[in-house]
Amino acid sequence: MSVTAARIPTGNREDEIQIYNLHKSFGDLEVLKGIDLTVHRGEVVCVIGPSGSGKSTLLRCVNLLETPTQGRIFILNEEITDPDADIDRLRTLMGMVFQSFNLFPHLTALENCTIALTQVKKMSPARAKEIAMQNLHLVGLGDRADSYPLKLSGGQQQRVAIARALSMDPELMLFDEPTSALDPELVGDVLAVMRDLAADGMTMMVVTHEMAFAREVADRVIFMDGGVIVEQGSPEDVIGNPTEERTRSFLRRVLDPTHVETPDDHAASPPA
Amino acid sequence: MTTATAVAPRAKRSPRQRAQRIRMVQYGVLALLVVLAVLFIDGRAVTSTFFRPDMVQKALTQGLPFAFLNTVAYTAGAFAVGLLLGTVLALMRLSQVAPYRWLATIYIEFFRGVPAIIVLIAFSLMPLALPGLRIPFDPYGSVWLGLGLVSAAYMAETIRAGIQAVPKGQVEAARSLGMSSGLATRRIVLPQAFRIVTPPLTNEFVALTKDSSLVYVIGLTADAYDLTKYGRAMSNTYANITPLVIAGLSYLVVTLPLTFLVRKMEARQARSK
Repeated sequence: MSVTAARIPTGNREDEIQIYNLHKSFGDLEVLKGIDLTVHRGEVVCVIGPSGSGKSTLLRCVNLLETPTQGRIFILNEEITDPDADIDRLRTLMGMVFQSFNLFPHLTALENCTIALTQVKKMSPARAKEIAMQNLHLVGLGDRADSYPLKLSGGQQQRVAIARALSMDPELMLFDEPTSALDPELVGDVLAVMRDLAADGMTMMVVTHEMAFAREVADRVIFMDGGVIVEQGSPEDVIGNPTEERTRSFLRRVLDPTHVETPDDHAASPPA
Repeated sequence: MTTATAVAPRAKRSPRQRAQRIRMVQYGVLALLVVLAVLFIDGRAVTSTFFRPDMVQKALTQGLPFAFLNTVAYTAGAFAVGLLLGTVLALMRLSQVAPYRWLATIYIEFFRGVPAIIVLIAFSLMPLALPGLRIPFDPYGSVWLGLGLVSAAYMAETIRAGIQAVPKGQVEAARSLGMSSGLATRRIVLPQAFRIVTPPLTNEFVALTKDSSLVYVIGLTADAYDLTKYGRAMSNTYANITPLVIAGLSYLVVTLPLTFLVRKMEARQARSK
């Protein structure tokens, strides 16, 4: 089989997310300036970078919560940026976990997990409940199924949000800073669930500030700054031994927040 | 002022003591008013004007309960029409489609700016303008539509505010689960929006209960009288205002429990924030 370099999409079933020349502007502000990225089946990709670097926007473009200004995105070789695409169906293939959980406060943990199963997938309530309970058990919250979100801690809410996304039986999962809104002592439970998911072979794209998690779980780390991918590679390379000065400067600030920048440090991006 | 306080240096009184003294003065004035009322108001004259026992008895046994039920029926129907139409208008105001927004805005501004009493008269005369038109359940249908159309304009703005108070992340979460925009609105946004606006909508119901007294402007048969119309008719017949006073107090049977309920709901919402 001959594969030409320009073939879009690749048609390769192992390429779950394909992003070509993605641009996104908010008014005059160009947040993404031409992103090319492919995420393979079973791969865990962590996207790191300073705030305002466009990493969350990139993730939100993948399931079209943000409409790209330019460029094409394929999910399992189907173009989601096609104006005629069945976006609702393509979104069911992608689980999304938000920084602020976004659980439905008027529904119990269980109902949060079942509502899309019964309403979108037209599943019977009994079958939906069965699946939802499985996933609530998976995140360690089987005993809180009847609790309303506001009665749960932040870490528990985020784990319910993960169970809600998993209940749709997605092909891949998108995480948008899933631990950034959590108290430090609750971060571990959520990361543990994500670690298990990764070990189970789930395809994951994770925007995160948790360097230790990225280093341990990621197959590939992407460093973004100023709307472009500055550097990518294995966690050992990007976090352990970055080649780009912008990456080094960012990691210095993240890993050693008390460090005082000197003129020698040459900060390419505005200080956090 | 007593000599003791006159002697004491003013500066030494703490703010708390000062507040206490002001409160004592207020209580004193209130007590004085009560004493004056008891001394100078002729209780018997008041009773025979406003609360004549035989008239109270007559009112309660001759049709007041029916008038009460009519008032409740007019109000409930108008509220249902208003709620349904108000929700549609609120969604139109927030629509991506510009003509929907314009239509809703024109409707809301028109019906908020026009006196309800005129809308009600116009509606009762609608069959004159459009021969062949028959409004079902007349006169109830005319009242439901007339009052409902007006209150829909007010409710639309309240419901719109409620919808906008639902965080954007709720829609994003729903859409990312594959829900269509309509499904997300029905199952995720509206249930939360209505929870937010239940107190103001209950107040709207209270206002509507009182506005239902406007039905006197359309020709009603005696069995369709609401409380106010009933009270006035009976008061005219017997040349005593007691039935109207009793009718007025009857509104409280509906409105007081509701306002009490609103206060409890608001307290609960404040706590859960």
